[in-house]
Order: sequence, then C-alpha cells, then structure tokens
Amino acid sequence: MTDTAIKAVAIGASAGAVQTLLRILPSLPARFPLPVLIVVHVPPDRDNALVALFADKCALAVKEAEDKEQAVGGTIYFAPSDYHLLVEADGFLALSMDEPVNHSRPAIDVLFESAADSYQSGLMGIVLTGANHDGAAGLRAVAQAGGQAIVENPATAETSAMPEAALAACPDARIRDVEGIVSILLELA
Amino acid sequence: MQGEVEDIELQLLLEALYQRYHYDFRHYARASIKRRALQARAQLGYSSISAMQEALLHDPSVVPRLLNYLTVQVSEMFRDPSYFRALREKVIPHLKTYPSLKVWVAGCSHGEELYSLSILFHEEGLGQRTIFYATDINPDALRAAEAGIYPAALIQKYTENHQKSGARSSLSDYYTADYGHAAFDKTLSRNVVFSDHSLVTDAVFAEMHLISCRNVLIYFDRDLQDRALGLFRDSLARRGFLGLGSKESLRFSKFAGAFEDFVREDKIYQKLER
Repeated sequence: MTDTAIKAVAIGASAGAVQTLLRILPSLPARFPLPVLIVVHVPPDRDNALVALFADKCALAVKEAEDKEQAVGGTIYFAPSDYHLLVEADGFLALSMDEPVNHSRPAIDVLFESAADSYQSGLMGIVLTGANHDGAAGLRAVAQAGGQAIVENPATAETSAMPEAALAACPDARIRDVEGIVSILLELA
Repeated sequence: MQGEVEDIELQLLLEALYQRYHYDFRHYARASIKRRALQARAQLGYSSISAMQEALLHDPSVVPRLLNYLTVQVSEMFRDPSYFRALREKVIPHLKTYPSLKVWVAGCSHGEELYSLSILFHEEGLGQRTIFYATDINPDALRAAEAGIYPAALIQKYTENHQKSGARSSLSDYYTADYGHAAFDKTLSRNVVFSDHSLVTDAVFAEMHLISCRNVLIYFDRDLQDRALGLFRDSLARRGFLGLGSKESLRFSKFAGAFEDFVREDKIYQKLER
C-alpha cells in the first residue's frame, strides 16, 4: 500500500438513501478490505433500522457504529440515529450529541470532515441522493485533504439537491451513476 | 496541511486553558473538541485558533465564552424515556429500601436530566429522603441548572417524554409558564447541591446510591473515560447503580469488570461486590 491508497470509504445519503444503498452495498464482496462509514438522515426518535435491513443483504458485516470502536476493514458502519459519527486520528470511531449540523444529527459534514482529518488522502467520500445540502462542505474537506471525492449523478439520483450542492462545493468531484459508483468501489476490493 | 496546523493550534489552546485556568480538556475526544474549538473561533470572531489562544491567555473574560462552546450539551428532559422507565420500574424498588439516598448527576449541564430525576423521585415518594448532587465544570451551566428555566417551546416534547417514562403525574404540576418560559418548581431543587466538579481533575466527594452520567463519557478519550469510571466505582455505595447514555458502554473500559449489567438495553449498571 502506498500513502495514497484508499483506507476508508465514507458515504452520505438522505432522501432516497435506502433504495440507492440497496443498489450499492449488496454488491460489495466479503473480501472488501476497507471500513465503510455511512451517515443516512433518519428521524431522531426512531431506532436505526438500517442495520437490520442491510445485514441480511450484504456480504460484509453490518453494524451500528459504537463509540471508541476501531473501524476495521470489511465492515459497514451506520451512524446511530440522533448521534453524530466522527473518526478520531487513529481510526477509532466516536459519537457525539453536539447540536445538529444542517438540521441533521447525524450529519454527513461531521463524518466527512473528521474522517478527512483522520485518513487524509486515504479517504474516499461519496455523496448520494438527498434533498438538502449536507455533505457539501464535508466533501470539499475530503478533496482538500487529498482524498477522492465522488458524487452521484444528480440527473439520475432519486433526489438531486444534495449531489448538486456537493458538486457546487467540490466541482472537481467525479460524477457517476450508481453503477459507476459500484465499479469504483469494486476496484478497491 | 491546514488540518495539521489546526491540530497544533488546538493542542496549544488546550494547554493554555489548562496551564492558565486549570480547565483540562486535553483528554477530550479530539475530533469533537476540534469541531467545537473551530465553531468557537468562528462565532467569537477570531482569525485562527492561535488568535483565540492569545486572547484567552491574556484576557480571563474569554474563558466563560469559550467554555460555553467546549462544554455545553443540548439535552432534553426525560431524554430516552425508556431509561427513566427502567429506573422507575427496576432501580427505584431497590432504592426504596434505603432510609436516605444520594444521587449524583455528573455533568449536569443545564439541568434537564436533574429535574427529570427529581420529578421521578418525587413521583415515587423518594423526594424527601434524597439528596441530589448536580455537578458540572461550567459555571454558566450550573447557574442555568439552578434556575431551572427552559423555553416553553420545548415543553411539549418534555411532556411527551415524561409520559413515556411511566409518569404518575402531569409535568405541568411542576412548572409555571410565563413569557415564553417554563420555570420549574423550587421544591424540585430544594434537596439539590449544585457544585463545580471535574471528572478530569477532582475526586470522590460522597457515597452515592445512583450516579447518572449520560452522554458525557463519549466526549472523553479512553484514558479519561477510565478515570471517570474509576471515580464512579469508588463513589458508589455497595451495589450502587450507574446509568450511562444509550450509546455508551463499559465494554472498552478497564473497569468493565467492576460492574454488571442491571438493565442492559438502557445502559444501567450495578456495582459488583468486591
């Protein structure tokens, strides 16, 4: 592995997230060597049902991120509802109850900015479908740290506002349909 | 590169805050404290964290303003109603066997959790024989906790939470609403000792039957979590209870063996006999 090798993947999604992630995550093979950290906007009062939904359909281990847990390869971590998910310098995960960012907790920006700090150029950040602008500042931070920025094609996304905002903040990001995003991820496997 | 410079600046800011004013954030979880410091920098109008550090060193009036960014938690009354229901149904029956009780709300912030527990103990007939200790490092937060005044706009949510906790009364029995605020009844804080106490630097101060410390430990690194949990173990009476936040656990702590699960799903632990 060189310094520029990708060490982790961070994904943010909002409106349309479940349908879109169902086309991506089950495609990842069990040998996928990286941690996949995901923020999906879910209502704060609801238990995060994403783990149960995806665990059955994915070859990778799927779990809710825990505070002070080391992020390991081959595992998909979802942010718990009503907590921000962050990455510490040593690749350990952290949760916080700080105020919502972009009206969201968890917020994609919080994950992306802290993960960019931690993994630097070793992070791939992917902004998927959504109806707000969360993830835009975060994706810019990923690119500024030398990481890879990827945005779902707004023209084919379930909801275009979030990918559009991410592109406005990070114009050099690669734009891909869902199939293209899956190909990029499979190259990392 | 920008990030590396900020990391150095943050380290120096925390050193300055500690060496000059003895507030020790050096073992707080870094990613969160960095976000908060950057937010303070932007909101307080400094050009960099270094500039904020310089002002802090020379001007003590910066301290409370900075502390309000570094410490204050947004909470709500009866947050996670199932936690309070579990206390009511499973812990209170044990506590009722004691003639007098001590309860510590560690990191009480603006007091939402304290008033929730005080109401719960009053509803369960334990209000008269319980002393609450509400501690925090932030003097502004302690003052707000002592005042017990919250925006009226939040009361509907608090009321829903209270009902879900298995309420035996109406939340409106405990406050008076006026000018967009709800002021909680002083009978709830009559048996409360509000005190400046740091889980980082201070020691055991009383023997507790219940310690409730929720969503505080997630802001600490592992070493500091262990210090706080050691303090809790040493502060608890024989078979005393410890309540943590819904996403906190003892799993990664060296004190895991000092406690056992009491209500696993609500993160309520009981101190083991040694």
